[in-house]
Amino acid sequence: MIVGGSVDSIIVVDNLTKTYETGFRALKGVSLSIRRGEIFALLGPNGAGKTTMISIICGLVNASSGRVLVDGYDNVREYRKARSRIGLVPQELTNNMFDSVWATVRLSRGLFGKPRNDALLEQILRDLSLWDKRNERIMALSGGMKRRVLIAKALAHEPEVLFLDEPTAGVDVELRRDMWNMVRRLQERGVTIILTTHYIEEAEEMADRIGVIRQGELILTEDKDTLMQQLGTRQLTLQLQQPLEAVPEALAGYPLTLGEQGHALVYTFDAKAEQSGIAELLKRIDQLGIEVRDLHSSQSSLEDIFVGLVHSRKQADEATAGEVV
Amino acid sequence: MNLYGVKAIYLSEMARMMRTRLQSIASPVISTSLYFIVFGAAIGTRMTEVDGVSYGAFIIPGLIMLMLLNESISNASFGIYMPRFTGTIYEVLSAPVSPVEIVVGYVGAAATKSVLLGLLVLLTARLFVDYEIQHPVWMLGFLILTAVTFSLFGFIIGVWADGFEKLQIIPLMIVTPLAFLGGSFYSITMLPPFWQTVTLFNPVVYLISGFRWSFYGAADVHIGVSVGMTLVFLTLCTTAVWWIFRTGYRIKP
Repeated sequence: MIVGGSVDSIIVVDNLTKTYETGFRALKGVSLSIRRGEIFALLGPNGAGKTTMISIICGLVNASSGRVLVDGYDNVREYRKARSRIGLVPQELTNNMFDSVWATVRLSRGLFGKPRNDALLEQILRDLSLWDKRNERIMALSGGMKRRVLIAKALAHEPEVLFLDEPTAGVDVELRRDMWNMVRRLQERGVTIILTTHYIEEAEEMADRIGVIRQGELILTEDKDTLMQQLGTRQLTLQLQQPLEAVPEALAGYPLTLGEQGHALVYTFDAKAEQSGIAELLKRIDQLGIEVRDLHSSQSSLEDIFVGLVHSRKQADEATAGEVV
Repeated sequence: MNLYGVKAIYLSEMARMMRTRLQSIASPVISTSLYFIVFGAAIGTRMTEVDGVSYGAFIIPGLIMLMLLNESISNASFGIYMPRFTGTIYEVLSAPVSPVEIVVGYVGAAATKSVLLGLLVLLTARLFVDYEIQHPVWMLGFLILTAVTFSLFGFIIGVWADGFEKLQIIPLMIVTPLAFLGGSFYSITMLPPFWQTVTLFNPVVYLISGFRWSFYGAADVHIGVSVGMTLVFLTLCTTAVWWIFRTGYRIKP
């Protein structure tokens, strides 16, 4: 796995585990390195450990073992230096409802040890279209506005790393667009952004790199572009009349796999290539006397890759568990 | 030391008091004044002096102490319980502030409110009853020490409570009875010998006795014992708060 603090890593997570008092193992040894200035999307189903990991990095939850370095500073021993670099936008709309917008962003800046800077806070509020609402109580704001307030609070101390924990859950399309634009502007200023999301399209649209977490384990970290190349592949599935036990020797030269207990032959090819090779393949199959009942082709999306990964690991786990029993 | 952080917590807590001034200022002042009117001005004139002091004046230190204990506990417990309840505590925990700074911010604000209330009630009492303060510095010292100690105690309750009922239960079921039975309205020398001994197990006796000494120079127990006991409570509460942050008890899983 990617461990070790290379020069351009702003966050290094090393073999992090977390077992809650209930005995629930939320993280089972996660290692991850976040590059300075990148947008990293952490994908995973509910309960996968995304929020636990973020909470440990930000200091809300104690790790059971492992360690976290933020810009080279240990987040437990040198917590002041580590935390002052981080801004966190939590998943839930947790605001002090009775405070005004202005009071709450000032509180945030002070908490992080920064002297008063009204001009900066004004700029942040203006960027988030909150300036007109600065004197209103948070309880009087709409859900979308409350989320903007949380973002403003997280930015009030000029963090180098911004964590967005499911920032667009329950947010309308317009605000989502605004948020994506804001994230890009922040990245241009050199802020590293780590977001968790359920929405694949969000990761696809925003992220430089993508990590997939499932049941407390990081099962993939990949550049988005590499993943997108896999998106460029298509698959032709041939439903067979009679099941095969293995891919015939005569077809060994083709990238074929067997599926559906031998009832399907799956041919993977590059959609952008000039020759797909389908005609040739079908001819060979006909020559071999393999009867095809039906055929269809499909293009994999990031969602397929994601679901496939999560699913295949689950099957593998179950198989291993079966062997043990 | 993150002074901006301490200041931010402190000012935010003080702003909360100003926002709820009817509840946090007017209410305790009015309810304590009612005691002065009923027991001081109305009934007090028909009662004999206690320890050479008119009854109306005698009950002032005890009543201020009663209010101080309840207000310190409720201010501080509410101050830390609400962020836990609403989830806004995430920000304090993720900020570069140390446990000491968090406690100074929250407990400092709660204690400040209580001391201000105590002085306000003292001034209000003047409208109804005549009193003297023989040792004003000691008086202020007791006021501050008790406010800090019981704000720490309130902080502990606010961390321990997992519902609004628990938040109320200790002030209502334990602190108020202890204050009433701790000599707010009488000198413990007025009790039969057996009950005098029992009363000495009530920690509030020492607070009230010491505080009353600073007013009239007379006390149920020696002033040194009062100061000593108050410092013991302060140490106990500080230790408990230290343990809370060390273990992350109910704050940080």
